Amino acid sequence: MKLENIIQGKAYVLGDNIDTDQIIPAEYLTLNPAIPEEYRQFGRHALAGVPAAQGGLPKGHVPFHKNPTDLVSGFQIIVAGRNFGCGSSREHAPIALDAAGIKAVVAEFYARIFYRNAVNGGYIVPAETAERLCEKVCTGDEVRINLEACTLENLTTGEKHSLRPLGEVVPILEAGGVFPYARSKGMLPA
Amino acid sequence: MAAQTLTEKILARHSGKNSVEPGENIWVDVDILMTHDVCGPGTIGVFHQNFGRDAKVWNKEKVVIIPDHYIFTADKMANRNVDVLRAFVKEQGLPHFYDVGSERYKGVCHIALPEEGHTRPGEILLGTDSHTCTAGAFGEFATGIGNTDAGFVMGTGKTWLKVPPTLRFVFNGDLPPYLMAKDLILAVIGDIGCDGATYQAMEFDGDGVYALNIEERMTLCNMAIEAGGKNGIIAADQKTIDFVKSRDKASKPFVVEKSDAGARFAREFVYDVKSLRPVVAKPHSPDNRAYVDECKGTKLDRAYIGSCTGGKMTDFRAAAKILAGKEVKIDTFVVPATTEVARTLKTEKLGGKTLEEIFLNAGAKIGEASCAACLGGPSDTFGRLNQAIRCISTTNRNFPGRMGHKQAEVFLASPLTVAASALTGQITDPREYVS
Repeated sequence: MKLENIIQGKAYVLGDNIDTDQIIPAEYLTLNPAIPEEYRQFGRHALAGVPAAQGGLPKGHVPFHKNPTDLVSGFQIIVAGRNFGCGSSREHAPIALDAAGIKAVVAEFYARIFYRNAVNGGYIVPAETAERLCEKVCTGDEVRINLEACTLENLTTGEKHSLRPLGEVVPILEAGGVFPYARSKGMLPA
Repeated sequence: MAAQTLTEKILARHSGKNSVEPGENIWVDVDILMTHDVCGPGTIGVFHQNFGRDAKVWNKEKVVIIPDHYIFTADKMANRNVDVLRAFVKEQGLPHFYDVGSERYKGVCHIALPEEGHTRPGEILLGTDSHTCTAGAFGEFATGIGNTDAGFVMGTGKTWLKVPPTLRFVFNGDLPPYLMAKDLILAVIGDIGCDGATYQAMEFDGDGVYALNIEERMTLCNMAIEAGGKNGIIAADQKTIDFVKSRDKASKPFVVEKSDAGARFAREFVYDVKSLRPVVAKPHSPDNRAYVDECKGTKLDRAYIGSCTGGKMTDFRAAAKILAGKEVKIDTFVVPATTEVARTLKTEKLGGKTLEEIFLNAGAKIGEASCAACLGGPSDTFGRLNQAIRCISTTNRNFPGRMGHKQAEVFLASPLTVAASALTGQITDPREYVS
């Protein structure tokens, strides 16, 4: 993934403490993300562990995939509450979101390992917000993130919210992950 | 030089600096990198893709590979992943591989690491598993990382880390017989929340901690991640040194240190151990704390004793004390963390019976050493919650679906509480069995 300043798409809204078992249940970890075809398969199982009532807030019971066999979701941006990605160190979690077509997650804050994995692998943009957007944005709203301006605009409601600057991880996301970043800095041979 | 915490001292020494500040980004040299069957194949893929098909790991002695997650399953993909590890070990000539089906097979990596002498005070241990923080019990910096980080370490022996501020948890007094380290850490997580230590180090201190044996200290550090902690750590004392020396065949030298007097802690929490009560974490979060006496009588379908958190000898001794000579009322699964624990269950006796006999006579089922149902896994996993049932478990996590079914309810508790509850089929206070 290359870092794009504007990320636009349909929002899928979740609550607090969306842990890695909800993002990608353990039974699917037998797929090996190093094999491209299996990487794509993770997309089908992304968010498979979220209890139906908590999937697609505020109403819930909104499937993340139109058809259960779809690899890619019709949503491109996840809006969530606190502590997104807590739990296991499985990199399969940001991989599953990437494979499902998610470009960015906007949460109040992230669990440390998930955040690091998201950035290091360059899978998704983990944006943070001081506002509790998971109670302001509705699943299905069309939203536009402007990373330079640090804003999230809800095109459905016309409301505009601010995001925290991505800060020191920008160069890693711009390079496309920690390996291309390290090569560009001469830390690894090109 | 400013006074420093134990975590800061270890990170400073590994980055070639005299001191480091919380928030500072540093590059460190890694002492041990551990991976397993779930994250190993992805890590190996990252390594090959970025360093080349013929690349060699930075140091063969420092890479430890312990398959433990999906072992006793007919799942072809899971078995294929162990084959990926085997091929890599062969290609690289790695000496520290604990292969399935061999004499060397161990089981749960976090318990296997210390048993096999891979944990030492003052070192940095990284592993592709969030419970890698368990090894902080040996006075080292240990934390979980993803495949990309691990692939980077595999090729370079280095990683970058942000120095965490340290939270200090002081436990005063000896543990009463009805409490275990699991109750202490569930109390802490209940107090600070499952995000209360995010990006921070959790240092455990006080005479209550040093009175604990090594396994109980591991339980404390093991669940630091359930509060979002970057690492859990306990300064090494004579018990640590004796244990480490008894296990490290190579007798590698190590550095024993502790936080300086006057070191800056972001916050300090003090507990009087005697005033604590047995704790459970109710569904569906490890910070959903309740005291056992508040939810006793809650009907249960299953009891589970196992995992890196609750499948060590200390855990089984505690459970056996309660189960000896009695019969369980609900399905009860016993899963030793490692093959060493499994062997000891067959030899160690309580009141003339081996612990294994005690569990079998009580009607429990005993599985083979592995992570088993702690994290659900393939559908044929021993003890997995395949239906929406209610389970009390000595494991570490109870988010929705963690042990299998999305609607299953998991209560986390100490081995004493789980064993007492297995006898009655409802949440039961261990004080009814242990004075």
